Amino acid sequence: MPELPTKLKGYAHVYERAHINTDEIIPARYLNVHEEAELAKHAMEDIDVDFVKRVQPGDFVIAGDDFGCGSSREHAVWALRGAGVRAVIANSFARIFFRNAINNGFLVIECPGAVQSINTGDELEIDLAAGRLRNLTKGTESSFVPLSDFARELITAGGLLPYIQKAHGAVES
Amino acid sequence: MGMTITEKILAAHSKRECVVPGEIVNAKLDLIVCHEVTTPPAVQMLRKLGINKVFDPSKILVTPDHFVPNKDIKSAELAKQLRQWREEQGITRYYEVGNHGICHAIAPEQGHVLPGMTIICGDSHTTTMGALGTFATGVGSTDLAAALATGELWFKVPESILFELNGPLPHGVYSKDIILYIISKIGVDGARYKAMEYRGSSLRYLTMEARFTITNMAIEAGGKSGIMPVDEIAMNYVHARTSEPYELYYSDDDAEYAERFTIDVSSLEPMVALPSLPSNGRFIGEVPRVKIDQVYIGSCTNGRIEDLRIAASVMKGHKVAKGTRAIVVPATTEVWKTAMREGLFDIFSEAGCVISTATCGACLGGYMGVLGAEETCLSTTNRNFVGRMGDPRAKVYLASPATAAATAITGTITDPREFLKPESQHLLAAAESAYGQDDYLWGV
Ligand code: SF4
Repeated sequence: MPELPTKLKGYAHVYERAHINTDEIIPARYLNVHEEAELAKHAMEDIDVDFVKRVQPGDFVIAGDDFGCGSSREHAVWALRGAGVRAVIANSFARIFFRNAINNGFLVIECPGAVQSINTGDELEIDLAAGRLRNLTKGTESSFVPLSDFARELITAGGLLPYIQKAHGAVES
Repeated sequence: MGMTITEKILAAHSKRECVVPGEIVNAKLDLIVCHEVTTPPAVQMLRKLGINKVFDPSKILVTPDHFVPNKDIKSAELAKQLRQWREEQGITRYYEVGNHGICHAIAPEQGHVLPGMTIICGDSHTTTMGALGTFATGVGSTDLAAALATGELWFKVPESILFELNGPLPHGVYSKDIILYIISKIGVDGARYKAMEYRGSSLRYLTMEARFTITNMAIEAGGKSGIMPVDEIAMNYVHARTSEPYELYYSDDDAEYAERFTIDVSSLEPMVALPSLPSNGRFIGEVPRVKIDQVYIGSCTNGRIEDLRIAASVMKGHKVAKGTRAIVVPATTEVWKTAMREGLFDIFSEAGCVISTATCGACLGGYMGVLGAEETCLSTTNRNFVGRMGDPRAKVYLASPATAAATAITGTITDPREFLKPESQHLLAAAESAYGQDDYLWGV
């Protein structure tokens, strides 16, 4: 995976509710597979059946508190990524989802309050280095705490496994 | 400054004198538990990277549990991949269908969990095993892959929250009621990223089986882990299963906690968590007598033998209400066998329950009792999220096995104390002596 671009642009899909859990992001009835393309067909299905029809590559999911709580299934990250989602921006994340995301090199941004000022369809620009989130449609701007160095290293490496390979040389094979 | 038990375990496993919350450590792992849903993707990731050997097959435990026996062709493929992989890796701690069990229940039951261990599994309820004084946490498949390859994993040292549980459990109140009460107070993210540590006089009234129910649900409060100090009850449990050596860790008196809660357990009542969050717990007196289509007794939360004994003691001599169905799902094959030997299946089947093999089954909406639209279920599982047990329009209530059994009898949400007569204690007393542990009290 290439270096993290500093700026990302995409459209917002807003789900204001707190505690959107991984059962809603990818229901257990689809856990008998783990291919990203297959999972992607059902991303967010139990919260919004039309999500996969609307989402475009590079879009953002915007959410409230505790996004991704519940089951540890990494399938939730794969389903979102497979559907084309570039990043999730939420007030806060559940621990395992956050960890799975950065382990996969998938962007998760904690930006408390962002969900209130963004509507579905707004065009957003994320400046990762500066920790700024611009709503190009509304002309507003908010800031977020940039990723920790460790999370950034993982994401830049393309996830935990490539990171380990890089850090330790080839893992014993 | 002193350290908590969690900090001490993480320090010891990352070769440090001390650690502080927030620090990232690379910790050695003592046990990695694998099941058929999250392990095959991890194995695939490793293969892609050309990593064909696990770090140490003797530190890995494998059991299929989510869809056992295979529920459909795709789950059969997953189970097959798991089986082939464990064979090729020479992993001997393997529980094939027929000896299988829900991973969080079978690992301690079969003596693989020792105090002081670091344990991971690609499953959020791994926290269960913390009741034996371990650091046990759930991870995703990538973490699992990294752990299988290297035997280590990065952890941010969590802050700890201390829960002091005081007093004996009142009649009709069980460990499930304690944890549902705690989650109702702190919310589904009340312990986000944190270790939930328990101590207090109530612990001596709780068997290991009852304790596992409490640590099991740490993740339902967003917790990273749940942990209890190792006492005589815990040691007896371990020594009955293994003679492997282990190390004990205890929190220092001056350890720092992010928060402290004191819970007067003796004032609790049976709890029910209303749809669709585990934090929607209420005392049963405040819960309307909702009509229930299905009662589900099982899971890694409440599918152990003590749970089935309690449910059977309530159900004995009664029938499942017309218009309600009841499903009993032992957590492990060993629980299944014990329940059969003790005659619990006679009680359940006479009452009109379905009895399943050990499986996760309908807990995650897999099979063996999946709910249809608008159906109501009172379940002893741990999550009642939208869609968790089937159709997103189904409504799931969470409660203890006693409350579940009482509800099965009446067909509406029912206070178990209406059915828990003094004689129900006989069954438990008999089971208790059969189990060879008489140094604890039952919460009935
Ligand atoms: S019983 Fe339910 S909660 Fe426990 S491991 Fe299985 S699916 Fe997960």
